[in-house]
Amino acid sequence: MEYILIFIAAVFVNNIVLSQFLGICPFLGVSNKVSTSVGMAGAVLFVITLATLTTYLLHQYILVPAGLEYLRTIAFILVIAALVQMIEIILKKVSPPLYHALGIFLPLITTNCAVLGVAILALGLENGSLLKAVFFGMANSLGFGLALILFASIREHLELANIPKGLQGVPINLLVAGLLSLAFLGFTGLV
Amino acid sequence: MAKTLSPKENFYKGILKENPVFVMLLGMCPTLGVTSSATNGFGMGVATLFVLLMSNIAVSLVKTRIPDKVRIPAFIIIIASFVTVVEMLLEAYVPFLYEQLGIFIPLIVVNCIILGRAEAFASKNNLKDSVLDALGMGLGFVMSLTLLGSVREILGNGSIFDWKFVPENANTFILFILPPGAFIVLAYLSALFNKFMIKTK
Repeated sequence: MEYILIFIAAVFVNNIVLSQFLGICPFLGVSNKVSTSVGMAGAVLFVITLATLTTYLLHQYILVPAGLEYLRTIAFILVIAALVQMIEIILKKVSPPLYHALGIFLPLITTNCAVLGVAILALGLENGSLLKAVFFGMANSLGFGLALILFASIREHLELANIPKGLQGVPINLLVAGLLSLAFLGFTGLV
Repeated sequence: MAKTLSPKENFYKGILKENPVFVMLLGMCPTLGVTSSATNGFGMGVATLFVLLMSNIAVSLVKTRIPDKVRIPAFIIIIASFVTVVEMLLEAYVPFLYEQLGIFIPLIVVNCIILGRAEAFASKNNLKDSVLDALGMGLGFVMSLTLLGSVREILGNGSIFDWKFVPENANTFILFILPPGAFIVLAYLSALFNKFMIKTK
């Protein structure tokens, strides 16, 4: 039950993009086409889940016993950067098709604040455990994927629309994102 | 691009022509996430300005000593150290702002503006230019965030910098301090900015 609540809260109520504003850069950047956004969503799911797992272990078994919690930011960002590099190398070797699908998105993910953000947020969960943190990471990345794919499918239609000159490009995309976020606001109070 | 600019142009480009928020669309997460009031926007802007300035100085000073292949990780460590400094300073001296900004303080590390300036500018230019560049970009960021925060606070809460100018129980557009308001206000501000830039060209 608790896990279902975490899932609903992460995907709908506190959607990581639309209500917590993490990962806005890829959200605005790689949402031209539905197909690329599906690839990005997959890569993010993969990286966030692994990153939450690694950083949680790092925090629990190295930083806390050593009293080095204040090094959290530095340690996490290094681990995440190394992890992304490693995933890239391993994927290339082990599963070329998957590497083809996700490969180009991997370097972009290092600077995706959603990864670091979720890793830090996962530490603050109530009676947290490793399983819960990883599940939280996964649910959040699914929320990211949902928002990204919804947004990309709207943007594909916008290509054909007749938009006033001043609003073309960034402003209209932000407006669409605002309306999507308004729609997600309707989930408030669900959990 | 930078070599041909005079110091003055170098400073001003961050404020208008290459404004990090409205033109380059960098650092969107804090821009949208913390600007529910003018104070928060200003605080976040100043914290980012500090990190940007310090990391530009550090990168510009050690640029010849860092091997090219590991420069990005090296820059990230420099930035992360200064972010940790800011995190501790805020917690000690401005605890209310520390609470308000929350997760977005450690996330200054992944703010693309800072790594972007380190990579694109400070690693190629001398100390003086790097400082000017950081100040210009940083001020551009502070101004954009304060503007966004002010608009949202005025519309959403009827106040500015926590000074309330409408009666206590008046109805305000709460939408604007909720998440959707961030997107909508930024959309219209950048539309205005576009229009202004087209005119001045």
